Amino acid sequence: MLEIKNISKTFNPGTVNEKQALRGLTLTLKDGDFVTVIGGNGAGKSTLLNAIAGTWKVDEGQILIDGVDVTKYPEHKRAAFLGRVFQDPMNGTAATMGIEENLALALRRGDKRTLKPGIVGAERKLYRDMLAKLGLGLENRLTSKVGLLSGGQRQALTLLMATLKKPKLLLLDEHTAALDPKTAAKVLETTENIVNQDHLTTLMITHNMKDAISIGNRLIMMNNGQIIFDVEGEEKKKLTVEDLLHKFAQASGEEFANDRMMLTN
Amino acid sequence: MDIMILINALPGAAAQGLIWGIMAIGVYITYRILDVADLTVDGSMCTGGAVFIMMMLNGSNVWVSMAAAFGAGMLSGLATGLFHTFMGIPAILSGILTQLGLWSVNLKIMGKANQAINVDKYSLLVSLRFIKNVPFYKNTILVVALTSVVLILILYWFFGTELGCSLRATGCNDKMSRAQGINTDFCRVLGLMISNGLVALSGSLLTQYQGFADINMGRGAIVIGLAAVIIGEAVFGKVFRNFGFKLLAVSLGSIIYYLVLQVVIWLGIDTDLLKLLSALVVAVFLAIPVWQERYFSKPVKKGGNS
Ligand SMILES: Nc1ncnc2c1ncn2[C@@H]1O[C@H](COP(=O)(O)OP(=O)(O)O)[C@@H](O)[C@H]1O
Ligand SMILES: [Mg+2]
Repeated sequence: MLEIKNISKTFNPGTVNEKQALRGLTLTLKDGDFVTVIGGNGAGKSTLLNAIAGTWKVDEGQILIDGVDVTKYPEHKRAAFLGRVFQDPMNGTAATMGIEENLALALRRGDKRTLKPGIVGAERKLYRDMLAKLGLGLENRLTSKVGLLSGGQRQALTLLMATLKKPKLLLLDEHTAALDPKTAAKVLETTENIVNQDHLTTLMITHNMKDAISIGNRLIMMNNGQIIFDVEGEEKKKLTVEDLLHKFAQASGEEFANDRMMLTN
Repeated sequence: MDIMILINALPGAAAQGLIWGIMAIGVYITYRILDVADLTVDGSMCTGGAVFIMMMLNGSNVWVSMAAAFGAGMLSGLATGLFHTFMGIPAILSGILTQLGLWSVNLKIMGKANQAINVDKYSLLVSLRFIKNVPFYKNTILVVALTSVVLILILYWFFGTELGCSLRATGCNDKMSRAQGINTDFCRVLGLMISNGLVALSGSLLTQYQGFADINMGRGAIVIGLAAVIIGEAVFGKVFRNFGFKLLAVSLGSIIYYLVLQVVIWLGIDTDLLKLLSALVVAVFLAIPVWQERYFSKPVKKGGNS
């Protein structure tokens, strides 16, 4: 499904701010894998997802999605394969456009944008049904501007947009981190429902170790631009937060110096 | 101060306002929809006039000449768009570069700094001579008003299409747009092209109206355009919610701007000061939303995400 071969990325090369964010990273995902990604601040987790999404080109290595070499594809072309939800709820939706208009944009992901109507009547029923499943009352507010919604509602909507047209790969970058705990739990539950129902291959970055263990079938830990730990199946289910902390110290040769992570033990 | 002088001048002011209103709709597309302040317009206004007048003088039909002016405006927008996307130059600077380049282009098109066209010898669509004492269907105010309505309807349709929606999304949130598979660079370029096409079309109408094209005719156009957008929103913002009506508000805003200008002139203000006044008025109006936010907004509750 996803094959990442030996990718590297250095930001600001040749300057004082030079930062090698990915170091020869290799990763292969099977169809239907639900992978949680953990690691300290600056480990390169977001950079990995951005590399897959094509926010910029990688310096070396290759990225294949479903057998297609997308390494040279620009971001908007890769979007045909991908569903994405960002950490900041502001990032995933167009605030000045209506809920149904946002969904209509998402329904056409990967298609050529033509001079046909941007939204047709028949779609609205689909949107209403999908929104009803979120249980946030949005199904009666199809024409409301998205800018009026709360962070949690926007994030749930973004999730719906990312999966409305079934993506080959779903990329979630700490998509519940900006929400209050109750809302975060709700959005996470919705995430699991959608992913399980559509059997989506998913990469989900989280800073919550408990979630990382309990959700999905595989877990990877990153440090310093590399994957330092990769576990799946039964072995993953048996993990404890202590195991992960220990693993981190062992592999990186340092204590887990991420306050945010410790707090969520 | 003879009130009759003012009253006699108002229809002409309204006609000019309508013509500049088409330019202002172009500005609305870049400034409000694409979220870029495009300074190309100061040059493409004249490009439209120059292309139009030279084609007319060389025997083309008025409609063909106006279409050519529209096309030339689109090319100006294309230049700015490529500076911005392909060459990565900030939008404002891209517009300034095109505007400067167009100065030479416009001179070359016209061969000199201005060209006149006689409404008696050429069959023009609009003219300041067609304001009074003409059959109503030839009346310039009616003709430009109809043209504006048709353009607004076309734009209303376009921004409701898939392509038009992706332009709006690009202006609103480009990260999200790319994530949804929209080619944001293409959308920016297309938006700039449509906008400057309208601006040049407005230039071709203004040229007919005043009977000449002049190298300076677009100077400060961006400020007039912004003034029209802002006035339109201030006066009609509460009542016009539909996108088509928002465009209509821009056109009406432009008419109000020219009517007020006419009153100010009638009051006897030194006309050399008009541009300074316009600039200050627009500056203050641009500042109002910022001031509202900074000094008058209620503190928002932090957190509270559910
Ligand atoms: N666009 C960028 N420009 C410069 N440096 C970047 C950029 N994106 C990420 N980095 C740097 O790369 C490193 C990895 O960042 P990131 O992938 O965001 O970490 P995280 O694992 O916390 O998501 C950090 O040092 C970060 O500062
Ligand atoms: Mg990150």
